[in-house]
Amino acid sequence: MEKAMRDAFGEALLSIGKENDRLVVLDADVSSSTRSGKFGQVFPDRFFNVGVAEANMADMAAGMATCGYRPVISAFAIFLALKSTDQIRNVICYNNLPVIIAGGYAGLSDSFDGASHQSITDLAIMRSFPNLTVLALSEADDVEPVLRQALEIDGPVYIRMCRNASPVLNKKEPLTIGRAQVLRSGSHITIGACGITVPMALAAAEELEGEGVEAEVLDLGSIKPLDRETLLESVSKTGCFLSVEEHSVLGGLGSAVAEVLVKSRPVPMDFVGVDDCFTESGPYEPLMEKYGIDSKSISRKALGLTARK
Amino acid sequence: MQTVKLSNMELQAQAQRFRIDVLKTLHDKQTGHWGGSASVADILTYLYFERMNIRVEDPLWEDRDRLILSKGHASPMLYAVLEGRGFLEAGTLSSFRDLNSSIQGHPCMNKTPGVEMSTGALGHGLSVGLGMSLISRMRDNSFYTYVIVGEGCLNEGQSWEAIMAAGKFAPEKLVLLVDYNKVQLDGTAEEIMPLDPLADKFRAFNWNVPERSFDGHNMDSIEESFKWLDSQTTGPSVIIFDTVKGKGVSFMENSNAWHGAPVGDDHFEKALPELTEQLARWEKK
Repeated sequence: MEKAMRDAFGEALLSIGKENDRLVVLDADVSSSTRSGKFGQVFPDRFFNVGVAEANMADMAAGMATCGYRPVISAFAIFLALKSTDQIRNVICYNNLPVIIAGGYAGLSDSFDGASHQSITDLAIMRSFPNLTVLALSEADDVEPVLRQALEIDGPVYIRMCRNASPVLNKKEPLTIGRAQVLRSGSHITIGACGITVPMALAAAEELEGEGVEAEVLDLGSIKPLDRETLLESVSKTGCFLSVEEHSVLGGLGSAVAEVLVKSRPVPMDFVGVDDCFTESGPYEPLMEKYGIDSKSISRKALGLTARK
Repeated sequence: MQTVKLSNMELQAQAQRFRIDVLKTLHDKQTGHWGGSASVADILTYLYFERMNIRVEDPLWEDRDRLILSKGHASPMLYAVLEGRGFLEAGTLSSFRDLNSSIQGHPCMNKTPGVEMSTGALGHGLSVGLGMSLISRMRDNSFYTYVIVGEGCLNEGQSWEAIMAAGKFAPEKLVLLVDYNKVQLDGTAEEIMPLDPLADKFRAFNWNVPERSFDGHNMDSIEESFKWLDSQTTGPSVIIFDTVKGKGVSFMENSNAWHGAPVGDDHFEKALPELTEQLARWEKK
């Protein structure tokens, strides 16, 4: 079964909006794509379509947050991260304002639109901002619980979501901010994934089992704060780590993990992600394969990594 | 704390005292921006001592009027006014830009009581103010949001996104105040990035714009501008104040060299008497 995170996002805004009259939603002329428009149809007084002007949107939300309201800003991840970088850094994060930054169409998921619309640097940028919680959701069922958790935090939260329908994982529990979830136990290698690559990592673990490799798979969707304890416990057992993300290998999840491991428990590491290049248009799955983000690439790198132990 | 109502001449003198405080501070610290601080002194003084509905004893009162100094480099003047109004303890200004100080180089809302929004990177203020004013509208227009910009802010593309969006959403109690001194860091606005016809630009974006500009160094004129504002039944509104960068010190006026240059001993000794002599003239009236 598959479901798109954006559909879950539209539904979640609506259900939370019914309970919380301080929830306000802003979108930059992509509300039919991100599905935030569903909220706008029911709550027009609390919905602001600001046009294609992400910078202004981010700061408007900051102003609303100072008045005790809870704004969610919604647009494509690449444009939030790059067109409103200064606003997110200098206004939202510097002042620790509780704005939820909902980046849709993340990674390569706006596949046909090409490199201009594909977000492969948002995690690197967002992760470097003090006060900001950074999350990459792995399935539609994470969306509402994570939004609810984010609304409990007295500070800004960046939530990265995929455009396309993706597998429902039937995890025991949804993503919890600050916690890694062990989705599969193993003793030979730790594969830490986030976002849409989590099901790929699970598929790779199946493939690896046939090769006699027992892979432990972690959902590391809480990129910041990162669950150091679970991470270190896992690599203490497996002795190597492979990061998997729909993002550049520079500055994203792999870098976040490396920053922890190099200090506390250096082990052989490798990275699955976009290898410091621009991507292109195409159907989503073949595009991901071309840039090395699929279960086969994960398995291949995992085998290479276990040989280095 | 309730201030006694001041006459316009007393407000004029008060603003001049703030200029003197700021000049002394910038001389002591050898850092900070004189030009834009001097040009905004009278507007800030009028707002905090006459116009705004605020409670010094409760700086975060929900229905307070908001003031965003988008041209955050004029922070020393904002701090002088906040100290004069009682938001900051007496003597706070003397820690300007010091390590561990509560008053940063540019305004920081989480360190300084009375500062509504951290600014410094130019162009943010109007967007933030638009967000605040839309919340005010949801709350029965319970407060005004004033945003002060200079030319630098209006050079930033984001300001025009906000001007466009404010025209669309039309919050009744959003007020943009332009400290229009027509000098930037590198030269005159005419040389760096001409903004005229500025009033027409706002009209084209569906703002309320007075028929004329006002003298931002004359309290009677500033008072008149707010009378015009109070006659408006819709929003947003903009008031363009003709001001002089570095106002009050003859050799610093209208000069981009005094945008942010440190005030050395020679210049300080020549500048201070000019400010104090003018103050004495106003105090006598």
